[in-house]
Amino acid sequence: MYKIAVMGDWDSIYGFGALGLDTFRIEADESPEEAAQMLRRLARNNYEVIYITEALAAKIPGEIDHYRTEPSPAVILIPGISGNTGEGIAAVKKSVEQAVGSDIIFGSKNE
Amino acid sequence: MELTRLKGKLVTARKGHKLLKDKRDELMRQFLEMVRENKALREKVELEIANANRNFALARSAMSDEAVRVAFMAPKQKVSLEVAYKNIMSVEVPSYTFRTRTSDVNDMFSYGFAFTSADLDGAVRSLSEVFPDMLKLAQSEKSCQLMAAEIEKTRRRVNALEHVLIPDMEASIKFITMKLDENERSSQIRLMKVKDMMLEDKHHYKEKEEKRARRKAEKYSAG
Repeated sequence: MYKIAVMGDWDSIYGFGALGLDTFRIEADESPEEAAQMLRRLARNNYEVIYITEALAAKIPGEIDHYRTEPSPAVILIPGISGNTGEGIAAVKKSVEQAVGSDIIFGSKNE
Repeated sequence: MELTRLKGKLVTARKGHKLLKDKRDELMRQFLEMVRENKALREKVELEIANANRNFALARSAMSDEAVRVAFMAPKQKVSLEVAYKNIMSVEVPSYTFRTRTSDVNDMFSYGFAFTSADLDGAVRSLSEVFPDMLKLAQSEKSCQLMAAEIEKTRRRVNALEHVLIPDMEASIKFITMKLDENERSSQIRLMKVKDMMLEDKHHYKEKEEKRARRKAEKYSAG
């Protein structure tokens, strides 16, 4: 039995709590180390899918990258309350670049 | 010896190269399909989450922060996740299914309706509608990431075989064959030389030839 976690600032994530997801609050003024630690702890504790706000993910790119190649958990970026930063779509773009060598899906649209 | 071994290795390398190339092409085809789906889903989910956030903002404008906090303090709904793994070209790809504790959408509110605004219900509802898509997004995005890593690995292997291993082996095979041919030629020459020398020993061709030449010269000078 696996669980789903949502990480981010409270304003962005409290709604997910109502859906039955486990919310973990990391406010914007907290240090990146704390966020990284939290992510690692969640990854160890049976959380198979971890949603993380783009704003928070931008602070710990190394940690996020680390979980890209692991079979679990899936770390997925979602836009927070402050709006869409384009970070999430950039992550998809990155996979394309990694696989194909150059970006062929997003090409002209984003640039 | 080494030559036969190398030739065998080259055949295996060629076969492996072909197989890996096929694997890469097939992976790439599936990956592109999946990444398109991934992109569409992500755009959809991002839009919907933004909508839900807007609804939440609206709801909170009508309520105090404390009231909102209290309303979400004890979640009623619970989601559990099941993961199955699917194998796509040797890449283990997750497939998620979720179960909620109550299947009735109207039963998930963790608060009484008396102290919260109606907008909050709508906001929670809109978010719960996004959730299945979010899970699908997680599945397809994770699959894409894993496949991208696998494709990169396979591509490296294909390139290593194609540009390094196979040419190297071909070069050594060529070198060895040349060397062997050279050896064979030189031993042949040596044999011919030895044969000449042995015949010379036996029949004294050279002396006879010289004698004949001398006789010819005398004849001319006399004539």
